[in-house]
Amino acid sequence: MHIAVPFFTVIFLVLIAYAGIEAAHLHVLFGIVIPYAAFTVFVLGFILRVRNWGRSPVPFRIPTTCGQQKSLPWIKASTVENPSSTFGVIVRMALEILFFRSLFRNLKTEMHEDRVVYGSAKWLWLAGLAFHWSFLIIVIRHFRFFLGDIPFVLEMVEGLDAFLQIGAPLLYTTDIIILGAVTYLFLRRVAIPQLKYISLAADYFPLFLIFGIALSGVLMRYFFKVHVVGVKTLTMGWLSLSPVIPENVGVIFYIHLFLISVLLAYFPFSKLMHVGGVFLSPTRNLINNNRMKRHVNPWDYPVHVHTYEEYEEEFRDKMKSVGLPVEKE
Amino acid sequence: MYDGNKIIIGLVVFGLLIISPILYNTLGKASVPPEPDINTPEINKMVEKKCVEPKSFMRANHMQILNDWRDEVVRVGKTRTYVNGEGKEFNMSLQNTCMKCHSNKKNFCDKCHTYMAVKPYCWDCHIAPKEKTT
Amino acid sequence: MAKLPKPEELAKVDFKPPKTGWMDTPANLKPGTFCWGAKAKNLQVVDFPNARDWNPTEDDWKLPKEWEGTVLEAMADRLSKYRSFKLFLDICVRCGACADKCHFFIGTGDPKNMPVLRTELLRSVYKKYFTNSGKVLGKLGGARELTYDVLKEWWYYFYQCTECRRCSVFCPYGIDTAEITLMAREFMNLLGLNTDWISGPVSNCYTKGNHLGLEPHTITSSVEFFLDDIETITGIKVEPTFNRKGAEILFVTPSGDLFADPGTYTAMGYLMLFHELGLDYTWSTYASEGGNFGFFTSNEMAKRLHYKIYAEAKRLGVKYIIGGECGHMWRLIHQYLDTWHGPADFLEVPRSPVTGTVFENACSTKMVHVTEFTADLIKNGKLTLDPSRNDHLKLTYHDSCNTARGMGLLEEPRYVIRNVCNHFYEMPENTIREKTFCCGSGTGLNASENMELRMQGGLPRANAVKHVHEKYGVNMLANICAIDRATLKASMDYWVPAVGVTGVHELVGNAMVMTGEKERTQDLRLEPLPGEEGNE
Repeated sequence: MHIAVPFFTVIFLVLIAYAGIEAAHLHVLFGIVIPYAAFTVFVLGFILRVRNWGRSPVPFRIPTTCGQQKSLPWIKASTVENPSSTFGVIVRMALEILFFRSLFRNLKTEMHEDRVVYGSAKWLWLAGLAFHWSFLIIVIRHFRFFLGDIPFVLEMVEGLDAFLQIGAPLLYTTDIIILGAVTYLFLRRVAIPQLKYISLAADYFPLFLIFGIALSGVLMRYFFKVHVVGVKTLTMGWLSLSPVIPENVGVIFYIHLFLISVLLAYFPFSKLMHVGGVFLSPTRNLINNNRMKRHVNPWDYPVHVHTYEEYEEEFRDKMKSVGLPVEKE
Repeated sequence: MYDGNKIIIGLVVFGLLIISPILYNTLGKASVPPEPDINTPEINKMVEKKCVEPKSFMRANHMQILNDWRDEVVRVGKTRTYVNGEGKEFNMSLQNTCMKCHSNKKNFCDKCHTYMAVKPYCWDCHIAPKEKTT
Repeated sequence: MAKLPKPEELAKVDFKPPKTGWMDTPANLKPGTFCWGAKAKNLQVVDFPNARDWNPTEDDWKLPKEWEGTVLEAMADRLSKYRSFKLFLDICVRCGACADKCHFFIGTGDPKNMPVLRTELLRSVYKKYFTNSGKVLGKLGGARELTYDVLKEWWYYFYQCTECRRCSVFCPYGIDTAEITLMAREFMNLLGLNTDWISGPVSNCYTKGNHLGLEPHTITSSVEFFLDDIETITGIKVEPTFNRKGAEILFVTPSGDLFADPGTYTAMGYLMLFHELGLDYTWSTYASEGGNFGFFTSNEMAKRLHYKIYAEAKRLGVKYIIGGECGHMWRLIHQYLDTWHGPADFLEVPRSPVTGTVFENACSTKMVHVTEFTADLIKNGKLTLDPSRNDHLKLTYHDSCNTARGMGLLEEPRYVIRNVCNHFYEMPENTIREKTFCCGSGTGLNASENMELRMQGGLPRANAVKHVHEKYGVNMLANICAIDRATLKASMDYWVPAVGVTGVHELVGNAMVMTGEKERTQDLRLEPLPGEEGNE
């Protein structure tokens, strides 16, 4: 269920786009209306979601400390894993976001007879990193469809990505990496029994969808080629708010575009929001200076306590019997 | 503690990234969709202005054909003759076939390639022809 | 009480997930793996709702009417109060990195003990009532209704999490299951669903000042026993004070150290150290608890219990506070106390009267950890130490979850240990420091009726001890946590019988050469010192 439904949903989405263009000729709908709508949902949804998190305060300063605290001057403190300054937090967050520091710690724990054994488990980290970085580079590469005068940096990224110089148009390494990484991330979900047990449709759907996007892109670039200049006149038209549907752009482009639109619209309502969320994680983005600087809880309220007076009232005789000082004789 | 300012700064950065192409484009020069020029002496001589394959096919697949020709001539070396859809024969040569008609690299090839930021490596080996336009 | 299986049987962990999906597999409350329900009288003392005697093994848990609404209302409230709660429910991608990091999963093989699935038990309900995708997609979207069975599942599994935060070290987003468990337990406490082993100490601590319910005269007489033993061992008469106004320092430690060995030996260590230094300090019978079982029920209850420390410091007019060896006590002092009851502007920035060191790291909270204090003494050469008195011990050191991952107190206790002992061996790297394993019985799970679960949860820690026991002949496990001292003893007796448990300041007490002491022949346990075995 959790696998079949999202799988066929993605297939169905492809068919919708295919039929919409080939049979119904709804170029304006698929080339202009849906992308605009999806983009709006994405941007507004993203902002509202982050705002929603921001409306809940962080009542306590709860960093997960992963190294030595700053205490006595002669004990070497771990300035990044247990940051005691803003700079430390920035480095910690940068390592987390750019290089998945915590995932890099991953271990495989197994029982061998009656022994608990810890093995290295870097594949998830590697595949995760490969997936996210290729995704980012691919997004950056697509900026050539949105910029009139293409900056040198972008050409450099493209050049590096195509450094193998295979085929024409040149093969991008990120295209291969992303397909491989997504496949790995899917296979581990079905192959590891525990992981399969916890995986939901919401875990498979983005994998299938992103695989579909990458695959349709690859097919378009290398196999069913389309009129790229036409595509760019459309994408540039979106930006100037006067889009015109170009002639003779193949259906594969509309499939690619529709799947991206679905991803954008789905994004703010899904676990994909971890992109924004990771920045807000209170166990990572706070300074461990708890005993140095007071953290204020905005919704703090007075509570019922058992005062010393009440305590002494109850135990005064017993206290006096053993010579403990009391406030009232 | 809300850290509202930091969140707002983060969202502003997000917003700027999103609209960065628009900002960039307004700063730069306006982009006009390219129209490759076929006004060359050789093409003007032709009665029926026809490329190796139909125009729409060439537009999307020319790089594929060039790549195949290169492999055929340089690496396989069996034949130098290309037979098109209509059965017409061509010499597989960038300089002697393609560039013979399209002798205006700047106004033909480069126009779209610059627009799309494509950098074909044809000219790593071949010498670009002298520009001929009428 | 359920019979505890033999270690070799319990070590056979079955990791195969059940055939039925987790939503279709109701919790099976297996005897030996859960605690008795809270008693009415203990909940009444602290005015908790739905106080009644109840039994988790019976079908009817005597819930209040409209309990679903109570839970959902509380959930909405906590979502608006805790960013951690809201964020962690929203952003998990179920990558599974946390799965085999939990000691309860390693020890039981039960998939619902994977941190990701433990959270999913609550996340599924959150989705159903608070997200559009959950409302529309239902089960396909991982959402489900809050039913009696779900509630029972929560009770079972959120009392199988010790809030140790090991999962959060490995999570790429820092998702901390402790934050989820804290909330789940808050919700359940609104329905009177607590355990006897937690609610008893909470009620004791509220009125009597400590979890064990030791009344003032019992505290002083317990300490007198220690003083007699100290005099027997050293010939020195130590005279601590209680509730003394005008002392420079207030000393607060978990009450467990006054009650049962091996904690009592640690308490003796403190008494000897402070005497030797001539420290102007006092104990309190009112603030006689550093730990806080209230934290295992609700944030509010935790705040109510931790009130006493600052209140007493203010009443007695001390300058600052030293805190003893305790795990969750220090998580709370470090990360919560100042927020709850600060600013402590009636206190001064702690300054060691012996070395003159100013503890800048505690300049706001004004509380110093006793191993920070002692490490500073040793570094400055203020103690005469004879580590050979601990030569009969081959030590390893267990980092408490809370001081390791909620504070980063890693080197201070190690520095002290290295200076008071000659034989110290670390456990494998993946089981210490920030990757340390829970003793298996934290957050109020250290009852006796759930011994099977405790031993399962204690398996990874015990296994690492077993490793150094076999490799180096380690025979003593040091730690800085009163719950560890109580629970690791049981775990060692079960899994690695040849290894004992000790607090760090017991070792200090043994090694420290006191002014005017007689020649020592016994350690703090009244056992012969190395080389003295034949002299009995």
